[in-house]
Amino acid sequence: MIPASFDYVRAGSLDEAIALLKEHGDEAKLLAGGHSLLPLMKLRLAQPAMLVDIGRLSELSYVREEKEYVAVGALTRHHDVATSPVALASAPVLAHVAGQIGDPQVRHRGTIGGSISHGDPASDLPAVLLALGGTLVVEGPKGRREIDAKDFFLSFFEVALAPEEVVVEVRVPRSDGHWGFEKLTKRAQDWAIVGAVAVRTSNGVGVGLINMGPVPLRAKAVEEAVASGANAVDAAELAAEGTEPSADFNGTVAYRQHVAKVLVRRALEKAGV
Amino acid sequence: MSILGNRVVRREDPKFLTVGGTYVADLDLPGSLHLIFVRSSMAHAKLLSVDTSGAKAMPGVIAVYTNDDLGIATMPSIMGMTNEAMTAPMLASGTVRYVGEPIVAIVAESRESAADAVEQVVVEYEPLTVVIDPVEARKDTALLFPDAGTNTAFTLDFGGDDALFDDCEVVVELDLVNQRVAPCPMEGRSAAAHMTKDGRLEFNSATQAPHRVRDALVGFLGLEPDKVHVVTPDVGGGFGAKASVYPEDIVVGWCALQLGRPVRWTETRSESMLGLGHGRAQVQHVRMGGTREGVITAYRLDVLQDGGAYPGFGTVLPFMTRIMTSGPYKIPKAEFGSVSVVTNSTPTVAYRGAGRPEATSAIERVMDVFAREIAMDPVELRRRNLIGKDEFPYTTPVETVYDVGDYHQALELALEVAGYDELRAKQARRRASGDPIQLGIGLSCYVEITNGLPDGEFGAVEVRPDGKIIVRTGTSPHGQGHVTAWSMLVAEQMGVPIEDIEVLYGDTDIVPRGAGTMGSRSLQIGGAAVNQAAVDVVEKAKDLAADLFEASRDDIVLDKSNGRFHVVGTPAISRSWGDLAKAAVAKDGKSLFAEVDLASPGPTYPFGTHLSVVEVDTDTGKVTLLRHIAVDDAGTIINPLLAEGQVHGGIAQGIAQALLEEVVYDLDGNPLTSTLADYSFISAAELPSFETRFTETPTPINALGAKGIGESGTIGATPALHNAVCDALAHLGVRHVDMPTTPVRVWNAINEAALENAGGKD
Amino acid sequence: MKVEMTVNGTAESHDVEPRTLLVHYLRDTLGLTGTNIGCDTTSCGACTVLVNGQSVKSCTVLAVQASGDDVTTIEGMALADGRMHPVQQAFQDCHGLQCGYCTPGMVMAITSLLKENPEPSEEDVRVGLEGNLCRCTGYHNIVEAALVASRSLEMHQ
Repeated sequence: MIPASFDYVRAGSLDEAIALLKEHGDEAKLLAGGHSLLPLMKLRLAQPAMLVDIGRLSELSYVREEKEYVAVGALTRHHDVATSPVALASAPVLAHVAGQIGDPQVRHRGTIGGSISHGDPASDLPAVLLALGGTLVVEGPKGRREIDAKDFFLSFFEVALAPEEVVVEVRVPRSDGHWGFEKLTKRAQDWAIVGAVAVRTSNGVGVGLINMGPVPLRAKAVEEAVASGANAVDAAELAAEGTEPSADFNGTVAYRQHVAKVLVRRALEKAGV
Repeated sequence: MSILGNRVVRREDPKFLTVGGTYVADLDLPGSLHLIFVRSSMAHAKLLSVDTSGAKAMPGVIAVYTNDDLGIATMPSIMGMTNEAMTAPMLASGTVRYVGEPIVAIVAESRESAADAVEQVVVEYEPLTVVIDPVEARKDTALLFPDAGTNTAFTLDFGGDDALFDDCEVVVELDLVNQRVAPCPMEGRSAAAHMTKDGRLEFNSATQAPHRVRDALVGFLGLEPDKVHVVTPDVGGGFGAKASVYPEDIVVGWCALQLGRPVRWTETRSESMLGLGHGRAQVQHVRMGGTREGVITAYRLDVLQDGGAYPGFGTVLPFMTRIMTSGPYKIPKAEFGSVSVVTNSTPTVAYRGAGRPEATSAIERVMDVFAREIAMDPVELRRRNLIGKDEFPYTTPVETVYDVGDYHQALELALEVAGYDELRAKQARRRASGDPIQLGIGLSCYVEITNGLPDGEFGAVEVRPDGKIIVRTGTSPHGQGHVTAWSMLVAEQMGVPIEDIEVLYGDTDIVPRGAGTMGSRSLQIGGAAVNQAAVDVVEKAKDLAADLFEASRDDIVLDKSNGRFHVVGTPAISRSWGDLAKAAVAKDGKSLFAEVDLASPGPTYPFGTHLSVVEVDTDTGKVTLLRHIAVDDAGTIINPLLAEGQVHGGIAQGIAQALLEEVVYDLDGNPLTSTLADYSFISAAELPSFETRFTETPTPINALGAKGIGESGTIGATPALHNAVCDALAHLGVRHVDMPTTPVRVWNAINEAALENAGGKD
Repeated sequence: MKVEMTVNGTAESHDVEPRTLLVHYLRDTLGLTGTNIGCDTTSCGACTVLVNGQSVKSCTVLAVQASGDDVTTIEGMALADGRMHPVQQAFQDCHGLQCGYCTPGMVMAITSLLKENPEPSEEDVRVGLEGNLCRCTGYHNIVEAALVASRSLEMHQ
């Protein structure tokens, strides 16, 4: 319940935050909403020596319609993404999923950047980002770069961020009402036992899977089947390909693979396939 | 106009709503030290060494203790019934037997320094064979207590007739699991102790039984009874688990004595999930026999009770299960057998229903299986076998005597409220359509025992010279609303507004004796004691009034509309309660009061029928509860608002067990559900609003006509939901799914039935 | 480290360790023990308070994070004239509490919920309370209290 001791700095600017990360390396962690990091620290599963609080950098909280994409500042709280008129109009699947994360209290604090950089395969947003074919804009001492979502999730809780880099923006292609999001849980506030999201963009139909492997996954075989004209039922049969779900008391491997097919089919149907 | 039977809102609420309750952790105890326990991370191991030197050297640490430092006896055998070689030490001694067992107590200046010191304690373990499954434990191949020579802690037997089912046309058998669950009161365990200026140990505890705590401290710490003072502040729920005194409580008291400074302990939720006792945990085998026409003639329930690592109250709870073996049915022959074993898991204790939900769950599940076997509607099977309202008092084959009831009325009302026929029609249409979302309808008829232990209860009423009434009760409310309910009883007898009544409890100096609050006993014995004391005070007051008025005792009238006494015929000349209180003092120096130690007139048997309507997504196995109807009869209802609240809370916990909750250990005894993120504590999002009704069949057992209601909701709800899920899957060839009916369990059952059917067709 | 925040309308300033959770700051430093701790995994919501008018689990916020913010706890919910807030009053009228441990968190969560959704359906309320656990009431009367409060005139003033 009581975290180990640490030093705390409230960064006045992004540059200050990056400089601190560079100076302290692995010893320092960013604090945005704190709802991925603080729970770990309270159980002493994480014990960073320093927290760099970027939660007040309001310049990184926005949802904007750009020419080619929708841009969401990394520090936008889930509640604000869920209720943003721009998101509701131009990235409704993102707004919907942001509105389902955790519970209302968590959504008032958790941020899209924080959630995605945590790299949890059981988290909802990474799968949505993958399905949309989004990109992350990342800033570090060497400047800004963009990473495709498909290249961002490396392994279990490991993302393609150097210790001194900060996610500053999430970009997703525009999408409309052709989307489906299906999540199987025991309770409303639980992580997904299995989840699936399907969304149509100008690039075609993207399908993301939640909790079907050590990283957030795209259901590539399903996407390819849809692209070559398969219907939802047939395409969904391929949902388990390339997945490595784990077995626990909430589901065996066979069960999770079966449920993935069911949820992908339902998501595809809602996405208009 | 009577206040009884009215929906009186709680007098307790304004404080809780404006500044919050004062729980043990909220108490202002200046200079208090913080105690934290270091707990075992192994399920079964020899303690090779426990190095506390690092912890002792940490800043702010005052003391670090192991069991050898304490010199306190072990916890006794439970009610003298469990194996004497299996008693629990205060802190682990030589061997640890479950993950979470306390090994070391650290006392420090602050919560932070205590938490930091925990990581410095180094424990060397030598692993021993872990036994988690009670079926395995029963085989005695790996023993938790070598000196005991067995893992069996307690056994019960009733019957033993090999020919029990010989005459039965139809016999069904079923294996089922009533799984281990965690009580999860919102407040965990918490205690604080300090020495007062006059050399007494003052102890605050989040307990359901303050006098039990006092007696335990006296016994274990070797103190004189008048040197221990237990003060119970507000308690954040208990559900039976806080009726036990835990080793940690004794250690807190010992530390305060040892160090001469106040000591406080508040466990975290993760600790509570390991250290607060668990509930249920029975593996059951049932056999039910009867005729093809649906008359049940024989029944046997065999139970394997998982007691956990050290026998606690849960180990002996099968005696409560046995009492309710045959349920609300007039089965002529019934038998029961139980074996309680120890396993390397958290000890089991009483948890809402405490042995009776297990009995009801078993018989209600097998009733549905029997009904299906003879192709009879499960409602009709119950109708044919329920004890009739004219057959009371009814002695069951296990020698339980049910007081009074109208089981058929409850059943018919539940069916009416549910719209049963319409539901079955809807289900049929859904089945015909092949919709993957199927409907299930499940029923449970229950009867249960309240006030089942022989304790009486203390009640006292005193009138102060200013006319205010002081009520003292030996019950120990922790959410049940006794202040409101006892005020109503006293107001009814004495004609005073409830605002003028103060109800005191929980303080062993103020209330000299009491058995506390558990087992749904409080109203029928505690309320009844207070009620009797009020009646006695009215009698004493009339004697005084007769003196004052110089009138005949028989001519004295208490006008309850204004709480004043007068002589019949001359109401204008009256005296108040305050006047009489002054007169009492003037007469012989003693205040106007009455104290009652009410002996228990015996248990009572509330009953009812619950009905659940569920939807099952047969593609994923996910179950959604659509409706839950509850008809409960607890005799005379004093305050329907409070009674409904008890039923609501009970239903939620009952549904939770059937639908979601289970304590899970891996084969090494590591708990997998030891946080509220992993343990599926049910939330508002999984539940509908409930449709509840009361029937009132007053009991002749006590003066109030009241039975207990606190556990009825839980007992009735679990089998209703369980049966509903099985009902939803019956047409797919599924005979039974064990609780909790999680998506994977339901889907596995559907899948297995489909494979069996496919196999059968070849 | 110094933290400064407004709590129930009063400016507070104290020195705390960075690791001090907001809930511990409120309870131990400010003596506002109405807010309770029911778990250690951000699951139960008993610690819910309002930060800048929004419901937040104060066990998962550091006091230092909240420096500069406006915090409201159960102790600060009364109306200007001293009467109970409509949500508090609804809890009393509907028997929405038993042991009281989850109650302050529930009141704060519902207050925030009704601000964002002034006319919720029963489903909205139930899902909106997914992060607030209660063991005593079965939620039935809590949900009713939320709906009753939503219809109260004062909620919309």
